[in-house]
Amino acid sequence: MSKADPNAPKRLALISSKGTLDWAYPPFILASAAGAMGWEVGVFFTFYGLTLLKSELSATVSPLGNPAMPMKMPFGSESFQNINWPMPNLFMSNVPGFEAMATSLMKQTFKNKGVATVEELRDMCVELDVRLIGCQMTMDVFGFKREDFIPQAEIGGAATFLEYAAGADVQLFI
Amino acid sequence: MDIIKEDLILDCSGLLCPMPVVKTSKMMKELQPGQILKMIATDAGSPPDIEAWSRQTGNELLRSTIEDSRFVFFLKKV
Repeated sequence: MSKADPNAPKRLALISSKGTLDWAYPPFILASAAGAMGWEVGVFFTFYGLTLLKSELSATVSPLGNPAMPMKMPFGSESFQNINWPMPNLFMSNVPGFEAMATSLMKQTFKNKGVATVEELRDMCVELDVRLIGCQMTMDVFGFKREDFIPQAEIGGAATFLEYAAGADVQLFI
Repeated sequence: MDIIKEDLILDCSGLLCPMPVVKTSKMMKELQPGQILKMIATDAGSPPDIEAWSRQTGNELLRSTIEDSRFVFFLKKV
């Protein structure tokens, strides 16, 4: 238990529950930053968040349901790139391929700005010995197999995470 | 200002959060206690983040300055 020893490192326990590109960033950013500060880190990937442990990441982002999402173009002059394009949901939901376009625009914008990819951040977490716990129940519900996930992932349930989180200094649900 | 002689230089220009902190921590592992890392960043969030990283890890932030619109940090390994 981290509490028993005052010299023990701080501990961060995260729940990652969403698997879209935009929601993939917060858990991996916080986990890698905490790992870099010498903290112990464990992330419980459950429901849609579990897809972030798949060997081949395929996270996308949809402007639908994200009405505050700024729509920016990752090319052209700076003033053009700063334009926030008005894209009403009614319009977007009727355009085939809009989600794929929004995903590639977000990835390109992030790359241009110097943000690491989700894959890079996940690799960094592995390197920093972050515990990556996949939810067994979600695997069963969605029909995922152990081989679908990166080898560094461990599989566990609610009790596995809660035991870890009980000794944590910071616990966050994402 | 006294000149601080670094043992290693890490350039994090163009990288955003959390990479300056993550790369700094990785590079610090290459140093011996007492040695100094010079880290350069353009991320405007890096000054408070490197200060927090220094407090959390115990590695001493000797100096934090801005040179040619870049943030320059000198960090001494604990």
